[in-house]
Amino acid sequence: MTGPYAEARAEAGVETEAPVLALRDLRVDFTGPDGPLPAVRGVDLALRRGEVLGLVGESGSGKSTVALAAMGLLPRTARVGGSVRVGGDEVLGAGERELAALRGRRMAMVFQDPLSALTPVHRVGDQIAEAVRIHQDVGREHARRRAVELLDLVGIPDPGHRARAYPHEFSGGMRQRAMIAMAVANDPDVILADEPTTALDVTVQAQILDVLRTAQRETGAALLLVSHDLGVIAGMADRVAVMYAGRVVESAPAPELFAAPRMPYTLGLLGAVPRPGARVLTPVPGTPPELRLLPRGCPFAPRCPLADDACRAAEPEPVGGEGHSVACVKANEVVARGLTAPELFPADVPAAVREEVPRDGLPAVLRVEGLAKTFPVLKGAALRRRGGSVYAVDGVDLDIRRGETLGLVGESGSGKSTTLLEILRLASPEAGEVELLGHDVRGLTKRQARELRGSVQIVFQDPMASLDPRMTVGDIVAEPLRAQGADRGTAARRVPELLRLVGLEAAHAARFPHEFSGGQRQRIGIARALSVEPELLVLDEPVSALDVSVQAGVLNLLRRLKDELGLAYLFVSHDLSVIRHVADRVSVMYLGRTVESGPVEEVFARPRHPYTRALLSAVPVPDPVVERGRERVLLAGDPPSPVVRAEGCGFRGRCPLYATGLAPEGRSRCERERPSGAVACHFPQS
Amino acid sequence: MLAYLAKRLGYYVVLLAVAVFLSYVLSSLALSPRGYFEGRQPPPPAGSVEAQLSALGINDHTPLMDRFGTWASHALRGDFGRTIDSGSVEEEFGRRVGVSLRLLLAGTVLGTVTGVLLGAWGAVRQYRLSDRAVTLFAFLLLSTPTFLLAVLLKLGAMKVNQAAGGELIAFTGEKTPGLTGSATTLLGDRAVHLLLPTLSIALGTAAAYSRYQRGTMLDVLGSDFLRTARAKGLTHRAAVLKHGLRTALVPMSTFFAYGFLALFTGAAFTEKIFGWHGMGSWFIDAVGKSDVNSVVAVNVFAAVMVLLSGFLADVLHAALDPRVRTR
Repeated sequence: MTGPYAEARAEAGVETEAPVLALRDLRVDFTGPDGPLPAVRGVDLALRRGEVLGLVGESGSGKSTVALAAMGLLPRTARVGGSVRVGGDEVLGAGERELAALRGRRMAMVFQDPLSALTPVHRVGDQIAEAVRIHQDVGREHARRRAVELLDLVGIPDPGHRARAYPHEFSGGMRQRAMIAMAVANDPDVILADEPTTALDVTVQAQILDVLRTAQRETGAALLLVSHDLGVIAGMADRVAVMYAGRVVESAPAPELFAAPRMPYTLGLLGAVPRPGARVLTPVPGTPPELRLLPRGCPFAPRCPLADDACRAAEPEPVGGEGHSVACVKANEVVARGLTAPELFPADVPAAVREEVPRDGLPAVLRVEGLAKTFPVLKGAALRRRGGSVYAVDGVDLDIRRGETLGLVGESGSGKSTTLLEILRLASPEAGEVELLGHDVRGLTKRQARELRGSVQIVFQDPMASLDPRMTVGDIVAEPLRAQGADRGTAARRVPELLRLVGLEAAHAARFPHEFSGGQRQRIGIARALSVEPELLVLDEPVSALDVSVQAGVLNLLRRLKDELGLAYLFVSHDLSVIRHVADRVSVMYLGRTVESGPVEEVFARPRHPYTRALLSAVPVPDPVVERGRERVLLAGDPPSPVVRAEGCGFRGRCPLYATGLAPEGRSRCERERPSGAVACHFPQS
Repeated sequence: MLAYLAKRLGYYVVLLAVAVFLSYVLSSLALSPRGYFEGRQPPPPAGSVEAQLSALGINDHTPLMDRFGTWASHALRGDFGRTIDSGSVEEEFGRRVGVSLRLLLAGTVLGTVTGVLLGAWGAVRQYRLSDRAVTLFAFLLLSTPTFLLAVLLKLGAMKVNQAAGGELIAFTGEKTPGLTGSATTLLGDRAVHLLLPTLSIALGTAAAYSRYQRGTMLDVLGSDFLRTARAKGLTHRAAVLKHGLRTALVPMSTFFAYGFLALFTGAAFTEKIFGWHGMGSWFIDAVGKSDVNSVVAVNVFAAVMVLLSGFLADVLHAALDPRVRTR
């Protein structure tokens, strides 16, 4: 199923075996308000038994539509053409009854969001048993036992008991395991997984990918893995197909595609992903075309630096057959000239140079020590009273000097956002100290707080939700200035300058947010934050809503701004590759606490806390050779509830070291004492 | 759970006491039983009016708080006093509740089930001709006042009777007075009498429920779990019934609870028009006769039913939705 398997199969001549899933010239049009939207425009794919095909692309490229079309699950308003064959059966045009007989038995699907994908009012075990009983003539009791076995297969602890739970009683990872159990219940020939780990934390993602591999091995099924995450694809896929604007533009065996891409878009995509060692990201200029207004020629031509009249004249057909096929006029030129991503898409910033400036000499911008914040858990219906506490932040230390970027990482629920909000509140924290630009926030007067507020600004995750749709971009950017007391004229004079600073045009000031793309909106958000010339910019997941090719441009912009303006960043992200790329120092949070911090190179190269080690090893690297060769530390289970403040180390329930690597005295120390210090572990690795 | 229920019950007792007090005060101030007695022909002597009012405990010369105190102390022992015609309020009540229940049960059940099914069906066929027809019909019924609908039904029945040349559809009262015969005959007679009132109630109920159910169903139809159910191999219809409808019923539990306890409080217009002597017509008659004790009794009962409905709604919600159970 991984690389070596594919080769072994090729040697054994299995390639001649008939595909279990074959798409021929698949076309899907959705009916839009302004005429048909071509979502998929002629896709050919073939999957053989035991093979993993990775389908990558950015949002809107049509990759999920392909998976849904293969299942016959597209909405009725979609017009589907071409052919989808599962084994010998044609899916397109089949009646609901025939399709129902194929779905779940011959082909099964794992969806992205495991919370909404399970029926909330039925027990998990019953939902799996239902899948068994639809296709197998077995009794209720037999199906129930089979459901428990399946839950056991996908690694749910105490499956007999957990089968009786409802979906909301499961964590995200457990729900996705249940989804996989349901998918393999009838031993399907093909499993289609649509972004199966996108909604999950990185340590849970590693678990689920592992389960998917197990499930696929147990059933011998082919796997179509749809993902935007090149790292996930690199670790799982035998072959990779890259989609752009509804077509497969390049497809090749995974190692070849990652090592020697031929289509400029693939090059750009791979170059845009932050990875160890890459000091510059290659932003692909522009945005994917609107499906309604596709150009006549190659849809990538408007963004392609190599495009010429031949590209714009007609859309190229994929050539190269089963091996390495590519739909690009310029593919031969790319190969012949040996072009690389940085050559094709020159970055607009110089390569990062990490200057070795002694930190101690730099003025502190933000210093946080022992920060804590609890929220009440309310009980009772009419007379609400405090029944307990959520320890959202429970001992956070941060230290940012001028011109520095501190990356704050942690999984969802680890308290990152609460930490940010507590810092931005500029009021006395519940416990601990917050010092901003040398001022302790505890003793601030209202006036001082207002002045200080101008020197720390925030950029939010969702660039659409954080911009008022009824204000012009100019007003949005000028608003913080006005709030700081600048008059209308002064504020208005600053706007064009700010817009140019973030790579937009001065004329954009008169437009409204909805007229911009996601990446441009995020630039507007950055311009707004910069308007009052802050010293510290708090970036809360600033690129996680953006596609990789756009993300690279925003990350490069942030780097340039930091160098030009001498800003300090507090950069929050769940994406460790991004943190590694942008941050000078990194601070890792677990269950509301800082567990490890230090220079980014040092922490990434030699993580000392067992949690950091596991977290780093869970991050998929977009390189099949590296990704498959490395050793993983898989964490068991999910982060525990922050409502219970256990004695001792909060991580020990999932700690591999505590589980197997400690003497009894050591274990009891972890149970009794809360670890503290730069590495919050009693037994840090050296 | 028990502690939670007990606490809940505590709130209800307080709310009930407030409701009862307010309704007593309001009824006593708004109604004038003295006028009812004085207006009789021939006018009774002043002393006798005074005596009768005092005997009933509704003499407006007694301070209001004293009257309420006397009434409340009796009521707590289960004695709701006498009607203005000196009958027992409890006996009247027992009779009337039975009538209302018999009148409304069939109509409500039929209306609820039809409404839910029509709503679900309409949602599945959103914007098709059948959905539009159901929608149009529902709005037509919802905008028709009950009395108009009942009178129209009556007119229709009269035409049928005329055409048949005899009383095919009886629509006055619960049964034909003085009819004798076997149990089947009597039951059949009652069923015929029920036909029109049941139809009138069922139509209105179904129209309302179909709108609510269509809405909740539409929310569910686009959901991911329905797609999962189909990906497992259920046909569209089976997925909608097993996973969709079941989930779409959850938000309906509140409507069900209030709808069913409204059975006991009666339907004033329907009772009046079809000549049934249930709770609704009792209330109207009592107001007309300034019968304070009867009005208060009906109000107390209605208050109890509303509170019970709230409780039932919560229980029903918990029964239908596992997500609220664990809290």
